[in-house]
Amino acid sequence: MSEAIQVHPDYNYKVVRQFAVMTVVWGIIGMSLGVFIAAQLYWPALNFDTPWLTFSRLRPLHTNAVIFAFGGCALMATSFYVVQRTSQVRIFSDKLAAFTFWGWQAVILSAVITLPMGLTSTKEYAELEWPIDILIALVWSAYMINFFGTMIIRKVSHIYVANWFFGAFILTVLVLHVGNSMAVPVSLFKSYSMYAGAVDAIMQWWYGHNAVGFFLTAGFLGMMYYFVPKQAGRPVYSYRLSVVHFWALISLYIWAGPHHLHYTALPDWTQSVGMVMSIILFVPSWGGMINGIMTLSGAWHKLRTDPILRFLVVSLSFYGMSTFEGPMMAIKTVNALSHYTDWTIGHVHSGALGWVAMVSIGSIYHLIPVLFNKPKMHSIYLINVHFWLATIGVVLYIVAMWMSGVLQGLMWRAVNADGTLTYSFVEALEASKPFYFVRFLGGVFVVVGMLIMAYNCYMTIRSKSENETARSDAEVQPA
Amino acid sequence: MDYAITGTIFTLIVFVVFIGIVIWAYSKRSKAGFDEAANLIFADEDKKEKRESGTHE
Repeated sequence: MSEAIQVHPDYNYKVVRQFAVMTVVWGIIGMSLGVFIAAQLYWPALNFDTPWLTFSRLRPLHTNAVIFAFGGCALMATSFYVVQRTSQVRIFSDKLAAFTFWGWQAVILSAVITLPMGLTSTKEYAELEWPIDILIALVWSAYMINFFGTMIIRKVSHIYVANWFFGAFILTVLVLHVGNSMAVPVSLFKSYSMYAGAVDAIMQWWYGHNAVGFFLTAGFLGMMYYFVPKQAGRPVYSYRLSVVHFWALISLYIWAGPHHLHYTALPDWTQSVGMVMSIILFVPSWGGMINGIMTLSGAWHKLRTDPILRFLVVSLSFYGMSTFEGPMMAIKTVNALSHYTDWTIGHVHSGALGWVAMVSIGSIYHLIPVLFNKPKMHSIYLINVHFWLATIGVVLYIVAMWMSGVLQGLMWRAVNADGTLTYSFVEALEASKPFYFVRFLGGVFVVVGMLIMAYNCYMTIRSKSENETARSDAEVQPA
Repeated sequence: MDYAITGTIFTLIVFVVFIGIVIWAYSKRSKAGFDEAANLIFADEDKKEKRESGTHE
Protein backbone atom coordinates (compact mmCIF):
# COMPACT_ATOMS: atom_id res chain seq x y z
CA MET A 1 0.00 0.00 0.00
CA SER A 2 2.93 2.32 0.52
CA GLU A 3 3.98 1.96 -3.10
CA ALA A 4 2.46 4.11 -5.77
CA ILE A 5 0.48 2.57 -8.59
CA GLN A 6 1.57 3.25 -12.08
CA VAL A 7 -1.60 3.80 -14.02
CA HIS A 8 -1.08 2.03 -17.30
CA PRO A 9 0.39 4.68 -19.58
CA ASP A 10 -0.90 3.20 -22.80
CA TYR A 11 -4.58 3.84 -22.23
CA ASN A 12 -6.49 6.93 -23.33
CA TYR A 13 -7.92 8.01 -19.98
CA LYS A 14 -8.55 11.57 -21.15
CA VAL A 15 -11.82 10.76 -22.90
CA VAL A 16 -12.89 8.57 -19.99
CA ARG A 17 -12.18 11.42 -17.53
CA GLN A 18 -14.16 13.88 -19.66
CA PHE A 19 -17.17 11.61 -19.89
CA ALA A 20 -16.95 10.61 -16.21
CA VAL A 21 -16.99 14.22 -15.01
CA MET A 22 -19.81 15.13 -17.40
CA THR A 23 -21.80 12.16 -16.10
CA VAL A 24 -21.94 13.84 -12.70
CA VAL A 25 -22.66 17.28 -14.18
CA TRP A 26 -25.48 16.10 -16.45
CA GLY A 27 -26.80 13.86 -13.71
CA ILE A 28 -27.31 16.87 -11.46
CA ILE A 29 -28.87 18.95 -14.24
CA GLY A 30 -31.16 16.20 -15.54
CA MET A 31 -32.34 15.08 -12.11
CA SER A 32 -32.85 18.67 -10.90
CA LEU A 33 -35.04 19.25 -13.95
CA GLY A 34 -36.99 16.18 -12.92
CA VAL A 35 -37.48 17.55 -9.43
CA PHE A 36 -38.57 20.89 -10.90
CA ILE A 37 -41.24 19.36 -13.13
CA ALA A 38 -42.34 17.09 -10.27
CA ALA A 39 -42.79 20.29 -8.24
CA GLN A 40 -44.81 21.79 -11.11
CA LEU A 41 -47.24 18.90 -10.88
CA TYR A 42 -47.80 19.77 -7.22
CA TRP A 43 -47.54 23.57 -7.51
CA PRO A 44 -48.71 24.34 -11.07
CA ALA A 45 -47.86 28.03 -10.66
CA LEU A 46 -44.20 27.05 -11.02
CA ASN A 47 -44.42 27.33 -14.80
CA PHE A 48 -44.62 31.12 -14.24
CA ASP A 49 -46.87 31.35 -17.33
CA THR A 50 -43.74 31.11 -19.44
CA PRO A 51 -44.05 28.75 -22.44
CA TRP A 52 -40.50 27.45 -22.21
CA LEU A 53 -40.89 26.65 -18.52
CA THR A 54 -43.99 24.53 -19.02
CA PHE A 55 -44.11 20.84 -18.13
CA SER A 56 -44.76 19.91 -21.75
CA ARG A 57 -41.43 21.33 -22.90
CA LEU A 58 -39.29 20.55 -19.86
CA ARG A 59 -40.40 16.94 -19.52
CA PRO A 60 -38.70 15.85 -22.78
CA LEU A 61 -35.67 17.86 -21.74
CA HIS A 62 -35.61 15.97 -18.43
CA THR A 63 -35.87 12.57 -20.13
CA ASN A 64 -33.24 13.45 -22.74
CA ALA A 65 -30.92 14.85 -20.09
CA VAL A 66 -31.07 11.87 -17.77
CA ILE A 67 -31.09 9.15 -20.44
CA PHE A 68 -28.80 10.52 -23.12
CA ALA A 69 -26.72 13.08 -21.22
CA PHE A 70 -26.27 11.41 -17.82
CA GLY A 71 -26.73 7.80 -18.97
CA GLY A 72 -24.97 8.38 -22.30
CA CYS A 73 -21.90 9.97 -20.72
CA ALA A 74 -21.75 7.18 -18.12
CA LEU A 75 -21.95 4.54 -20.86
CA MET A 76 -19.34 6.20 -23.04
CA ALA A 77 -16.97 6.70 -20.09
CA THR A 78 -17.25 3.12 -18.91
CA SER A 79 -17.29 1.48 -22.35
CA PHE A 80 -14.15 3.33 -23.47
CA TYR A 81 -12.51 2.42 -20.17
CA VAL A 82 -13.55 -1.23 -20.13
CA VAL A 83 -12.78 -1.94 -23.78
CA GLN A 84 -9.26 -0.54 -23.40
CA ARG A 85 -8.48 -2.33 -20.17
CA THR A 86 -9.91 -5.71 -21.07
CA SER A 87 -8.38 -5.56 -24.55
CA GLN A 88 -5.10 -4.34 -23.06
CA VAL A 89 -4.65 -1.84 -25.82
CA ARG A 90 -4.95 1.93 -26.24
CA ILE A 91 -8.13 3.17 -27.85
CA PHE A 92 -8.32 2.77 -31.65
CA SER A 93 -8.38 6.50 -32.38
CA ASP A 94 -7.82 9.44 -30.02
CA LYS A 95 -9.26 11.85 -32.58
CA LEU A 96 -12.50 9.91 -32.96
CA ALA A 97 -12.70 9.74 -29.16
CA ALA A 98 -12.40 13.54 -28.90
CA PHE A 99 -14.98 13.94 -31.67
CA THR A 100 -17.32 11.60 -29.81
CA PHE A 101 -16.97 13.59 -26.60
CA TRP A 102 -17.42 17.07 -28.06
CA GLY A 103 -20.03 15.90 -30.58
CA TRP A 104 -22.09 14.29 -27.84
CA GLN A 105 -21.91 17.44 -25.69
CA ALA A 106 -23.05 19.43 -28.75
CA VAL A 107 -26.03 17.10 -29.16
CA ILE A 108 -26.97 17.60 -25.51
CA LEU A 109 -26.59 21.38 -25.72
CA SER A 110 -28.81 21.45 -28.83
CA ALA A 111 -31.42 19.55 -26.85
CA VAL A 112 -31.13 22.04 -24.00
CA ILE A 113 -31.78 24.87 -26.47
CA THR A 114 -34.36 23.40 -28.86
CA LEU A 115 -36.65 21.46 -26.52
CA PRO A 116 -37.64 24.43 -24.31
CA MET A 117 -38.23 26.39 -27.55
CA GLY A 118 -40.87 23.79 -28.37
CA LEU A 119 -38.99 22.35 -31.35
CA THR A 120 -39.85 18.67 -31.26
CA SER A 121 -40.61 15.75 -33.52
CA THR A 122 -43.05 14.62 -30.77
CA LYS A 123 -41.65 11.07 -30.76
CA GLU A 124 -41.04 10.08 -27.14
CA TYR A 125 -37.31 9.79 -26.31
CA ALA A 126 -36.60 10.82 -29.93
CA GLU A 127 -37.91 14.38 -29.76
CA LEU A 128 -34.89 16.07 -31.29
CA GLU A 129 -35.41 17.50 -34.77
CA TRP A 130 -33.74 16.20 -37.90
CA PRO A 131 -30.51 18.28 -38.01
CA ILE A 132 -29.68 17.08 -34.48
CA ASP A 133 -30.65 13.53 -35.45
CA ILE A 134 -28.05 13.63 -38.20
CA LEU A 135 -25.42 14.86 -35.74
CA ILE A 136 -26.36 12.01 -33.37
CA ALA A 137 -25.94 9.47 -36.16
CA LEU A 138 -22.49 10.87 -37.02
CA VAL A 139 -21.28 10.99 -33.42
CA TRP A 140 -22.64 7.53 -32.73
CA SER A 141 -20.92 6.12 -35.83
CA ALA A 142 -17.63 7.58 -34.63
CA TYR A 143 -18.26 6.00 -31.23
CA MET A 144 -19.03 2.65 -32.85
CA ILE A 145 -15.96 2.64 -35.11
CA ASN A 146 -13.77 3.52 -32.16
CA PHE A 147 -15.26 0.88 -29.86
CA PHE A 148 -15.17 -1.97 -32.35
CA GLY A 149 -11.81 -0.76 -33.67
CA THR A 150 -10.37 -1.09 -30.17
CA MET A 151 -11.91 -4.54 -29.83
CA ILE A 152 -10.39 -5.62 -33.15
CA ILE A 153 -6.84 -4.50 -32.30
CA ARG A 154 -7.01 -6.13 -28.84
CA LYS A 155 -3.92 -7.83 -27.43
CA VAL A 156 -5.79 -10.71 -25.81
CA SER A 157 -7.60 -13.56 -27.49
CA HIS A 158 -10.94 -13.29 -25.67
CA ILE A 159 -13.49 -10.55 -25.89
CA TYR A 160 -14.60 -10.01 -22.31
CA VAL A 161 -18.37 -10.38 -21.86
CA ALA A 162 -18.86 -6.72 -20.85
CA ASN A 163 -17.65 -5.73 -24.32
CA TRP A 164 -20.25 -7.99 -25.91
CA PHE A 165 -22.95 -6.11 -24.07
CA PHE A 166 -21.43 -2.70 -24.86
CA GLY A 167 -21.03 -3.73 -28.50
CA ALA A 168 -24.65 -4.88 -28.80
CA PHE A 169 -25.80 -1.65 -27.20
CA ILE A 170 -23.77 0.56 -29.51
CA LEU A 171 -24.70 -1.27 -32.71
CA THR A 172 -28.40 -1.58 -31.92
CA VAL A 173 -28.82 2.02 -30.79
CA LEU A 174 -27.47 3.21 -34.14
CA VAL A 175 -29.92 0.98 -36.04
CA LEU A 176 -32.82 2.06 -33.82
CA HIS A 177 -31.99 5.74 -34.04
CA VAL A 178 -31.59 5.79 -37.81
CA GLY A 179 -34.65 3.60 -38.38
CA ASN A 180 -37.01 5.57 -36.16
CA SER A 181 -35.75 9.04 -37.08
CA MET A 182 -36.41 8.69 -40.81
CA ALA A 183 -38.30 11.85 -41.61
CA VAL A 184 -39.13 14.29 -44.36
CA PRO A 185 -37.83 17.76 -43.48
CA VAL A 186 -40.04 20.68 -44.42
CA SER A 187 -37.87 23.38 -42.87
CA LEU A 188 -34.72 23.62 -40.80
CA PHE A 189 -36.53 22.74 -37.58
CA LYS A 190 -39.61 20.89 -38.74
CA SER A 191 -39.95 17.42 -40.17
CA TYR A 192 -42.59 14.74 -40.52
CA SER A 193 -42.01 11.07 -39.83
CA MET A 194 -41.59 8.91 -42.89
CA TYR A 195 -44.02 6.42 -41.36
CA ALA A 196 -47.75 6.88 -40.94
CA GLY A 197 -50.43 5.70 -38.53
CA ALA A 198 -50.01 2.36 -36.76
CA VAL A 199 -46.70 1.75 -38.60
CA ASP A 200 -45.34 4.96 -37.13
CA ALA A 201 -46.55 3.86 -33.70
CA ILE A 202 -44.87 0.47 -33.88
CA MET A 203 -41.65 1.98 -35.28
CA GLN A 204 -41.69 4.43 -32.39
CA TRP A 205 -42.06 1.69 -29.77
CA TRP A 206 -39.70 -0.67 -31.52
CA TYR A 207 -37.27 2.21 -31.01
CA GLY A 208 -38.62 3.23 -27.61
CA HIS A 209 -38.59 -0.13 -25.93
CA ASN A 210 -35.24 -1.06 -27.36
CA ALA A 211 -33.87 2.22 -26.11
CA VAL A 212 -34.80 0.67 -22.77
CA GLY A 213 -33.51 -2.77 -23.77
CA PHE A 214 -30.24 -1.81 -25.36
CA PHE A 215 -29.39 1.69 -24.14
CA LEU A 216 -30.67 1.37 -20.57
CA THR A 217 -30.17 -2.38 -20.13
CA ALA A 218 -27.51 -3.98 -22.34
CA GLY A 219 -25.16 -1.01 -21.98
CA PHE A 220 -25.49 -0.88 -18.22
CA LEU A 221 -25.17 -4.67 -18.00
CA GLY A 222 -21.80 -4.20 -19.70
CA MET A 223 -20.95 -1.82 -16.88
CA MET A 224 -22.21 -4.35 -14.34
CA TYR A 225 -20.12 -7.20 -15.78
CA TYR A 226 -16.96 -5.19 -15.36
CA PHE A 227 -17.42 -3.10 -12.23
CA VAL A 228 -19.22 -5.59 -9.96
CA PRO A 229 -16.53 -8.30 -10.24
CA LYS A 230 -13.77 -5.67 -10.20
CA GLN A 231 -15.04 -3.90 -7.10
CA ALA A 232 -15.73 -7.24 -5.39
CA GLY A 233 -12.22 -8.40 -6.31
CA ARG A 234 -13.37 -11.71 -7.77
CA PRO A 235 -14.41 -12.88 -11.24
CA VAL A 236 -18.05 -13.02 -12.21
CA TYR A 237 -20.09 -15.85 -10.61
CA SER A 238 -20.61 -17.79 -13.84
CA TYR A 239 -19.06 -16.81 -17.13
CA ARG A 240 -21.12 -19.50 -18.84
CA LEU A 241 -24.30 -17.96 -17.54
CA SER A 242 -23.13 -14.56 -18.77
CA VAL A 243 -22.74 -15.93 -22.30
CA VAL A 244 -26.24 -17.45 -22.29
CA HIS A 245 -27.52 -14.25 -20.64
CA PHE A 246 -26.12 -12.18 -23.48
CA TRP A 247 -27.58 -14.17 -26.37
CA ALA A 248 -30.94 -14.68 -24.67
CA LEU A 249 -31.29 -11.01 -23.79
CA ILE A 250 -30.40 -9.57 -27.18
CA SER A 251 -32.50 -12.05 -29.12
CA LEU A 252 -35.61 -11.45 -26.98
CA TYR A 253 -35.60 -7.73 -26.22
CA ILE A 254 -36.14 -6.62 -29.78
CA TRP A 255 -39.68 -8.09 -29.84
CA ALA A 256 -41.08 -6.52 -26.69
CA GLY A 257 -42.03 -3.05 -28.05
CA PRO A 258 -45.73 -3.74 -28.81
CA HIS A 259 -46.52 -3.88 -25.07
CA HIS A 260 -46.46 -0.08 -25.22
CA LEU A 261 -49.42 -0.24 -27.61
CA HIS A 262 -51.88 -2.61 -25.93
CA TYR A 263 -55.52 -1.95 -26.87
CA THR A 264 -54.56 0.45 -29.67
CA ALA A 265 -54.90 0.30 -33.48
CA LEU A 266 -52.00 -2.16 -33.54
CA PRO A 267 -53.15 -5.62 -34.76
CA ASP A 268 -54.15 -7.90 -31.88
CA TRP A 269 -51.65 -10.61 -32.79
CA THR A 270 -48.80 -8.08 -32.63
CA GLN A 271 -49.93 -7.04 -29.17
CA SER A 272 -50.01 -10.69 -28.07
CA VAL A 273 -46.53 -11.38 -29.47
CA GLY A 274 -45.24 -8.32 -27.64
CA MET A 275 -46.85 -9.51 -24.43
CA VAL A 276 -45.47 -13.06 -24.64
CA MET A 277 -41.97 -11.87 -25.55
CA SER A 278 -42.03 -9.39 -22.66
CA ILE A 279 -42.98 -12.14 -20.20
CA ILE A 280 -40.21 -14.44 -21.47
CA LEU A 281 -37.73 -11.59 -21.03
CA PHE A 282 -38.06 -12.11 -17.30
CA VAL A 283 -35.84 -15.19 -17.58
CA PRO A 284 -32.62 -13.69 -19.04
CA SER A 285 -33.11 -10.55 -16.95
CA TRP A 286 -33.12 -12.50 -13.72
CA GLY A 287 -30.33 -14.75 -14.97
CA GLY A 288 -28.17 -11.66 -15.33
CA MET A 289 -29.20 -10.23 -12.01
CA ILE A 290 -28.46 -13.48 -10.19
CA ASN A 291 -25.11 -13.71 -11.94
CA GLY A 292 -24.20 -10.22 -10.74
CA ILE A 293 -25.36 -10.66 -7.18
CA MET A 294 -23.89 -14.15 -6.77
CA THR A 295 -20.50 -12.73 -7.75
CA LEU A 296 -20.42 -11.59 -4.14
CA SER A 297 -21.00 -15.08 -2.82
CA GLY A 298 -18.32 -15.72 -0.23
CA ALA A 299 -17.56 -12.01 -0.04
CA TRP A 300 -20.79 -10.65 1.37
CA HIS A 301 -18.92 -9.02 4.22
CA LYS A 302 -17.52 -6.48 1.76
CA LEU A 303 -20.99 -4.96 1.54
CA ARG A 304 -20.70 -3.87 5.16
CA THR A 305 -17.68 -1.73 4.55
CA ASP A 306 -17.77 -0.76 0.89
CA PRO A 307 -20.55 1.67 -0.10
CA ILE A 308 -19.40 1.55 -3.74
CA LEU A 309 -20.10 -2.16 -3.86
CA ARG A 310 -23.38 -1.48 -2.09
CA PHE A 311 -24.40 0.92 -4.86
CA LEU A 312 -23.61 -1.74 -7.46
CA VAL A 313 -25.40 -4.57 -5.70
CA VAL A 314 -28.48 -2.57 -4.74
CA SER A 315 -28.70 -1.43 -8.38
CA LEU A 316 -28.99 -5.12 -9.28
CA SER A 317 -31.78 -5.57 -6.75
CA PHE A 318 -33.68 -2.71 -8.37
CA TYR A 319 -32.93 -4.26 -11.77
CA GLY A 320 -34.47 -7.51 -10.55
CA MET A 321 -37.48 -5.65 -9.18
CA SER A 322 -38.18 -3.68 -12.31
CA THR A 323 -37.61 -6.65 -14.63
CA PHE A 324 -40.20 -8.54 -12.61
CA GLU A 325 -42.59 -5.61 -12.65
CA GLY A 326 -42.10 -4.94 -16.39
CA PRO A 327 -43.20 -8.37 -17.69
CA MET A 328 -46.12 -8.27 -15.28
CA MET A 329 -47.23 -4.87 -16.58
CA ALA A 330 -46.88 -6.14 -20.16
CA ILE A 331 -49.69 -8.66 -19.54
CA LYS A 332 -52.67 -7.16 -21.32
CA THR A 333 -55.09 -7.43 -18.38
CA VAL A 334 -52.60 -5.84 -15.97
CA ASN A 335 -51.77 -3.23 -18.60
CA ALA A 336 -55.47 -2.34 -18.81
CA LEU A 337 -55.14 -1.11 -15.25
CA SER A 338 -51.60 0.28 -15.30
CA HIS A 339 -51.28 1.96 -18.70
CA TYR A 340 -51.41 5.79 -18.78
CA THR A 341 -51.23 5.88 -14.96
CA ASP A 342 -48.41 6.90 -12.62
CA TRP A 343 -47.62 3.22 -12.14
CA THR A 344 -45.71 3.40 -15.43
CA ILE A 345 -43.77 6.43 -14.19
CA GLY A 346 -42.96 4.53 -10.99
CA HIS A 347 -41.80 1.51 -12.98
CA VAL A 348 -39.56 3.63 -15.20
CA HIS A 349 -37.96 5.33 -12.23
CA SER A 350 -37.38 2.09 -10.36
CA GLY A 351 -35.35 1.10 -13.42
CA ALA A 352 -33.84 4.51 -14.09
CA LEU A 353 -33.02 5.72 -10.57
CA GLY A 354 -32.65 2.30 -8.97
CA TRP A 355 -30.83 0.34 -11.65
CA VAL A 356 -29.31 2.68 -14.23
CA ALA A 357 -28.37 5.57 -11.95
CA MET A 358 -27.07 3.44 -9.09
CA VAL A 359 -24.90 1.19 -11.24
CA SER A 360 -23.51 4.31 -12.97
CA ILE A 361 -22.86 6.09 -9.69
CA GLY A 362 -21.09 3.02 -8.28
CA SER A 363 -18.99 2.73 -11.41
CA ILE A 364 -18.07 6.43 -11.40
CA TYR A 365 -17.04 6.24 -7.72
CA HIS A 366 -14.82 3.32 -8.70
CA LEU A 367 -13.43 5.18 -11.71
CA ILE A 368 -12.69 8.68 -10.41
CA PRO A 369 -9.72 7.73 -8.19
CA VAL A 370 -8.30 5.42 -10.88
CA LEU A 371 -8.61 7.98 -13.66
CA PHE A 372 -7.11 10.83 -11.68
CA ASN A 373 -4.43 8.67 -10.08
CA LYS A 374 -5.66 9.10 -6.51
CA PRO A 375 -5.50 6.50 -3.76
CA LYS A 376 -9.26 6.56 -3.14
CA MET A 377 -12.31 8.78 -3.06
CA HIS A 378 -11.98 11.86 -0.83
CA SER A 379 -14.59 10.53 1.60
CA ILE A 380 -15.96 7.02 1.85
CA TYR A 381 -18.35 8.32 4.50
CA LEU A 382 -19.95 10.70 2.00
CA ILE A 383 -20.38 7.85 -0.51
CA ASN A 384 -22.30 6.06 2.19
CA VAL A 385 -24.43 9.16 2.84
CA HIS A 386 -25.09 9.37 -0.91
CA PHE A 387 -26.05 5.70 -0.96
CA TRP A 388 -28.71 6.16 1.69
CA LEU A 389 -30.05 9.38 0.20
CA ALA A 390 -30.34 7.67 -3.20
CA THR A 391 -32.00 4.56 -1.77
CA ILE A 392 -34.51 6.49 0.36
CA GLY A 393 -35.22 8.82 -2.57
CA VAL A 394 -35.93 5.98 -5.00
CA VAL A 395 -38.12 4.11 -2.53
CA LEU A 396 -40.16 7.24 -1.72
CA TYR A 397 -40.55 7.90 -5.44
CA ILE A 398 -41.62 4.44 -6.56
CA VAL A 399 -43.92 3.71 -3.62
CA ALA A 400 -45.70 7.04 -4.17
CA MET A 401 -46.13 6.30 -7.87
CA TRP A 402 -47.37 2.75 -7.29
CA MET A 403 -50.06 3.97 -4.93
CA SER A 404 -51.01 6.91 -7.11
CA GLY A 405 -51.00 4.74 -10.25
CA VAL A 406 -53.17 1.94 -8.91
CA LEU A 407 -55.54 4.50 -7.42
CA GLN A 408 -55.79 6.29 -10.78
CA GLY A 409 -56.34 3.03 -12.66
CA LEU A 410 -59.10 1.95 -10.30
CA MET A 411 -60.82 5.34 -10.29
CA TRP A 412 -60.67 5.72 -14.08
CA ARG A 413 -62.26 2.34 -14.70
CA ALA A 414 -64.95 2.56 -12.00
CA VAL A 415 -68.43 2.70 -13.51
CA ASN A 416 -71.88 3.16 -11.99
CA ALA A 417 -74.73 0.68 -12.46
CA ASP A 418 -76.00 2.76 -15.41
CA GLY A 419 -72.62 2.63 -17.15
CA THR A 420 -71.52 6.20 -16.44
CA LEU A 421 -68.10 6.92 -14.95
CA THR A 422 -68.04 7.05 -11.16
CA TYR A 423 -65.27 9.61 -10.96
CA SER A 424 -64.38 12.63 -13.07
CA PHE A 425 -60.75 13.03 -14.14
CA VAL A 426 -60.27 15.87 -11.69
CA GLU A 427 -61.38 13.68 -8.78
CA ALA A 428 -58.67 11.15 -9.66
CA LEU A 429 -56.16 13.97 -9.96
CA GLU A 430 -57.07 15.24 -6.52
CA ALA A 431 -56.59 11.76 -5.07
CA SER A 432 -53.07 11.67 -6.54
CA LYS A 433 -52.04 15.03 -5.15
CA PRO A 434 -50.41 13.88 -1.87
CA PHE A 435 -48.39 11.28 -3.77
CA TYR A 436 -47.06 13.99 -6.07
CA PHE A 437 -45.59 15.69 -3.04
CA VAL A 438 -43.94 12.45 -1.89
CA ARG A 439 -42.50 12.00 -5.38
CA PHE A 440 -41.08 15.54 -5.27
CA LEU A 441 -39.54 14.75 -1.89
CA GLY A 442 -37.99 11.53 -3.22
CA GLY A 443 -36.49 13.48 -6.10
CA VAL A 444 -34.98 16.03 -3.71
CA PHE A 445 -33.26 13.19 -1.80
CA VAL A 446 -31.78 11.87 -5.04
CA VAL A 447 -30.53 15.30 -6.18
CA VAL A 448 -28.99 16.11 -2.78
CA GLY A 449 -27.14 12.80 -3.06
CA MET A 450 -25.84 13.80 -6.48
CA LEU A 451 -24.64 17.17 -5.15
CA ILE A 452 -22.73 15.36 -2.41
CA MET A 453 -21.25 13.12 -5.10
CA ALA A 454 -20.13 16.18 -7.09
CA TYR A 455 -18.46 17.64 -3.98
CA ASN A 456 -16.78 14.32 -3.21
CA CYS A 457 -15.53 13.95 -6.79
CA TYR A 458 -14.28 17.54 -6.85
CA MET A 459 -12.37 17.06 -3.61
CA THR A 460 -10.92 13.78 -4.88
CA ILE A 461 -9.77 15.26 -8.18
CA ARG A 462 -8.11 18.30 -6.61
CA SER A 463 -6.48 16.31 -3.81
CA LYS A 464 -2.81 15.43 -3.96
CA SER A 465 -1.98 12.66 -6.40
CA GLU A 466 -1.27 9.07 -5.44
CA ASN A 467 2.49 9.46 -5.30
CA GLU A 468 2.36 12.45 -2.98
CA THR A 469 -0.07 10.87 -0.55
CA ALA A 470 1.40 7.38 -0.60
CA ARG A 471 3.14 7.96 2.73
CA SER A 472 0.13 9.31 4.52
CA ASP A 473 -2.16 6.61 3.25
CA ALA A 474 -2.75 5.25 6.72
CA GLU A 475 -4.04 8.59 7.93
CA VAL A 476 -6.85 8.71 5.41
CA GLN A 477 -10.04 7.93 7.23
CA PRO A 478 -11.06 4.30 7.10
CA ALA A 479 -14.42 3.32 5.67
CA MET B 1 -44.54 -19.37 -48.77
CA ASP B 2 -46.91 -17.53 -46.52
CA TYR B 3 -46.01 -15.65 -43.41
CA ALA B 4 -47.03 -18.44 -41.01
CA ILE B 5 -44.54 -20.87 -42.55
CA THR B 6 -41.60 -18.45 -42.71
CA GLY B 7 -42.40 -17.39 -39.17
CA THR B 8 -42.43 -20.99 -37.98
CA ILE B 9 -39.15 -21.79 -39.71
CA PHE B 10 -37.52 -18.69 -38.26
CA THR B 11 -38.74 -19.54 -34.76
CA LEU B 12 -37.40 -23.08 -35.07
CA ILE B 13 -34.02 -21.88 -36.31
CA VAL B 14 -33.69 -19.39 -33.45
CA PHE B 15 -34.71 -22.10 -30.98
CA VAL B 16 -32.15 -24.59 -32.29
CA VAL B 17 -29.41 -21.95 -32.37
CA PHE B 18 -30.19 -20.97 -28.79
CA ILE B 19 -30.04 -24.58 -27.59
CA GLY B 20 -26.73 -24.83 -29.44
CA ILE B 21 -25.41 -21.78 -27.60
CA VAL B 22 -26.44 -23.25 -24.23
CA ILE B 23 -24.75 -26.59 -25.02
CA TRP B 24 -21.62 -24.78 -26.21
CA ALA B 25 -21.53 -22.51 -23.16
CA TYR B 26 -21.89 -25.41 -20.73
CA SER B 27 -19.59 -27.84 -22.54
CA LYS B 28 -16.37 -28.89 -20.83
CA ARG B 29 -14.33 -27.62 -23.77
CA SER B 30 -15.36 -24.01 -23.18
CA LYS B 31 -14.45 -24.06 -19.49
CA ALA B 32 -10.77 -23.16 -19.72
CA GLY B 33 -11.31 -20.33 -22.19
CA PHE B 34 -14.13 -18.89 -20.11
CA ASP B 35 -12.06 -18.97 -16.94
CA GLU B 36 -9.34 -17.07 -18.74
CA ALA B 37 -11.83 -14.57 -20.12
CA ALA B 38 -13.48 -14.09 -16.72
CA ASN B 39 -10.14 -13.08 -15.23
CA LEU B 40 -9.37 -10.54 -17.97
CA ILE B 41 -10.62 -7.76 -15.72
CA PHE B 42 -7.69 -8.42 -13.39
CA ALA B 43 -5.16 -9.33 -16.08
CA ASP B 44 -3.79 -5.87 -16.83
CA GLU B 45 -3.18 -4.64 -13.31
CA ASP B 46 0.02 -4.57 -11.32
CA LYS B 47 -0.12 -6.54 -8.12
CA LYS B 48 -0.18 -3.29 -6.19
CA GLU B 49 -3.25 -2.19 -8.04
CA LYS B 50 -5.28 -5.01 -6.52
CA ARG B 51 -6.45 -2.73 -3.80
CA GLU B 52 -8.10 -0.60 -6.47
CA SER B 53 -10.81 -3.17 -6.31
CA GLY B 54 -11.27 -2.39 -2.66
CA THR B 55 -11.08 1.23 -1.58
CA HIS B 56 -12.48 -0.07 1.66
CA GLU B 57 -9.52 -2.13 2.66
